[in-house]
Amino acid sequence: MMLQLRRTLALLKGETGNQRARTGSSLPFLDSANNSSGLVLQSQSTDVYQNLALEDWIDAHVDLQQRGILLLWRNRPAVVIGRHQNPWSECNLPAMRKMGIALARRRSGGGTVFHDHGNLNLTFFASKKAYDRKRNLKVVTEALRRLRPNLDIRATDRFDILLNGHYKISGTASRLSRRSSYHHCTLLHSADRSALSTVLRPSCPGILSNATPSIPSPVANLIDHAPSLAWEELLEALVQQYNTEFGLSSVFTLVDPSNECVFPGVGNISTELRSWDWTFGRTPKFRVETLLELRDNHLPARCSAQLQMEVKGGQVESCRLDVPAGWLPLWLSRQLSDVLVGERFCPHRAAAAVTAMLRAEKGQFQSRLQNICEAVLAMMG
Amino acid sequence: CCTSCCGPVVQFKLSDIGEGIMEVTVKEWYVKEGDKVSQFDSICEVQSDKASVTITSRYDGVIKKLYYDVDATALVGKPLVDIETESKEDVVETPAMAREEHTHQEIKGHKTQATPAVRRLAIENNIKLSEVVGTGKDGRILKEDIMNFLAKQTGAILPPAPVQEIQTPGPSPPSAAAPAGRPTSPSTLVKAPPPRTTPVFTGKDVTEPVKGFHKAMVKTMTAALKIPHFGYCDEVDLSRLVALRTELKPIAESRGVKLSYMPFFIKVRSKSMCSRGSPWWQASHNIGLAMDTSQGLLVPNVKNVQLLSVFEIAQELNRLQALGTAGQLGTAHLSGGTFTLSNIGSIGGTYAKPVILPPEVAIGALGKIQVLPRFGAGNQVVRAHIMNVSWSADHRVIDGATMCRFSNLWREYLENPAAMVLDLK
Repeated sequence: MMLQLRRTLALLKGETGNQRARTGSSLPFLDSANNSSGLVLQSQSTDVYQNLALEDWIDAHVDLQQRGILLLWRNRPAVVIGRHQNPWSECNLPAMRKMGIALARRRSGGGTVFHDHGNLNLTFFASKKAYDRKRNLKVVTEALRRLRPNLDIRATDRFDILLNGHYKISGTASRLSRRSSYHHCTLLHSADRSALSTVLRPSCPGILSNATPSIPSPVANLIDHAPSLAWEELLEALVQQYNTEFGLSSVFTLVDPSNECVFPGVGNISTELRSWDWTFGRTPKFRVETLLELRDNHLPARCSAQLQMEVKGGQVESCRLDVPAGWLPLWLSRQLSDVLVGERFCPHRAAAAVTAMLRAEKGQFQSRLQNICEAVLAMMG
Repeated sequence: CCTSCCGPVVQFKLSDIGEGIMEVTVKEWYVKEGDKVSQFDSICEVQSDKASVTITSRYDGVIKKLYYDVDATALVGKPLVDIETESKEDVVETPAMAREEHTHQEIKGHKTQATPAVRRLAIENNIKLSEVVGTGKDGRILKEDIMNFLAKQTGAILPPAPVQEIQTPGPSPPSAAAPAGRPTSPSTLVKAPPPRTTPVFTGKDVTEPVKGFHKAMVKTMTAALKIPHFGYCDEVDLSRLVALRTELKPIAESRGVKLSYMPFFIKVRSKSMCSRGSPWWQASHNIGLAMDTSQGLLVPNVKNVQLLSVFEIAQELNRLQALGTAGQLGTAHLSGGTFTLSNIGSIGGTYAKPVILPPEVAIGALGKIQVLPRFGAGNQVVRAHIMNVSWSADHRVIDGATMCRFSNLWREYLENPAAMVLDLK
């Protein structure tokens, strides 16, 4: 099967068997008359970074001018944010760390979604000319209507799919490159809704930015309204409808996105997608304005400090800490601000800087300084 | 601006992105005014209605003007950037709305990418583009590729062309395995010996302000060197400990823990500190480990070593090492240490002069374990596993004799690990 896949992919890439730099050329015998066979791939991996890397790889390496590809995939629990979003305002990072839920930033636009084994992802690859989200969503809505005619399934103008006019069961995002495009959407079959609501909450209060915000909607799983709908049944119906809609007789293949022989270079792409620089460092510039609660066991009254930070590329560009003068001397709060600037907006990186600073400070203000440090770090997620 | 590249300034308009979308938001610029761009380079990222679009350049040239700021709304069909092209021939008059395709030359069913200037050069020299290996992005054929091809054909000695960095994503395995120095395609380097020239040093010193963690470390080190340090070094024969560890390693592994020598060094350190009245008597022995991470030197500590067994210390070390590698050490791990041990010998070195980390009063640096000849019982020369330890202590609090007694006790435990069993609690 792997050999068949390699041959199929080789045909699509236009390789003639010689190792040469890719030209995106198509072979002479792949003319439009022979356009009846499609390609449906299903990923064997549940690693969100590997699957996103596979999407990227197909987009960059496969000649989509003559035919499209449908990729079906699902992930272990992960939160996936859109290309231009802010992870600190979209999801609860400390809760995710505790629950072992990964965070990934995809290359397509749109909002934040929660993926787990009960959520099916579909990616429609096509040339830029053939990019048509409405038509792709029709594949999903028609397949569902055929499976369960009693359910009210409709696609909206915003390319969501609603169940019974109210519950969102699918969200969409897409990416357009120089000559190719892909449109992917989620489909909630049997996702863990309590985990979803726990993690899709902001980590950091007081964020002001122009990052794409997510629009929360009430969601539902397909099995809530169609308990007998099995996963395999759903996949089969979708593949059949894809063939019907695009007039194809597709070759169905399982793929391993970590296989460097079939997808050379895919490992480098998934390494990049895993990196802090991509996931957090690509956050559009934002500002934090919040109040930190200050506590001292010796004092009955509580007071608060005002924190203002500018973060660019995930790094603290400027920091201003206004602490009541009686609580901490000005030069100490300035020193703390100073040590945070130039570091990543990350509680671990800041912890290292702050504990190094605390070593040099002894005396009466040490415990208060420690308290305010902890408050700042808690704010960073 | 040099006279040879001042061509016409072209308005590059935002092309149609499909679905009848007329406006987009500019989310990120990849270029700024004054940057040089090549055809097909990414210029910016725009977003419209959940679609993220990469806009690539249609020309080679220099960016002269950006029409929008980040987060501004850009209109399809209107100018996005101004590009000063290299020469008149490079300007391709294509209406913005019509096609997103770039210049191609179809020869025998192969689509080869090259700018108009390069195509003209090929035609003038009777070269078939399909015979030239492109070394630019996506296999694009560059001027240099034509020149190299010509040189090969005519045998002319040309000035060595700079080696093009092949930017195709994901090289196929055989070429990826080639070492960096060897060129993968012979046509990218001219084989004629280059003329000898004196090397011109064009490097520049870069001054970077010290920020964040490194700035804090500067302060820590400055405070540290205010402490009057004295040093004390010794040699420890670890032969018996090496044998013991070899025995215990598989047992620890069967319990899922990697056992190094550090848990022994740490436990013994704690046992040697136990006597009240010694200058560093503290209820909690939180022993810190110097850890080399991507961020720099971090010192997480194992809390309450006095209550832990060697195995439990090993477990905790594994956990801290994993957190350190993942960049996830927090304030709780990094603060509260009462003594630090640095296993610098795992990287290299024998004797060291470690710097005390305030507010602690002493520190130990362990050199590498070497197999050296020593005199054993009966004046025979034996193989011994020797490690050097270098202590630094705060002379205001600790005197030489105290340090010596403590070091001897530490050494005796490690040289006779069986003695630890007597004092097990």
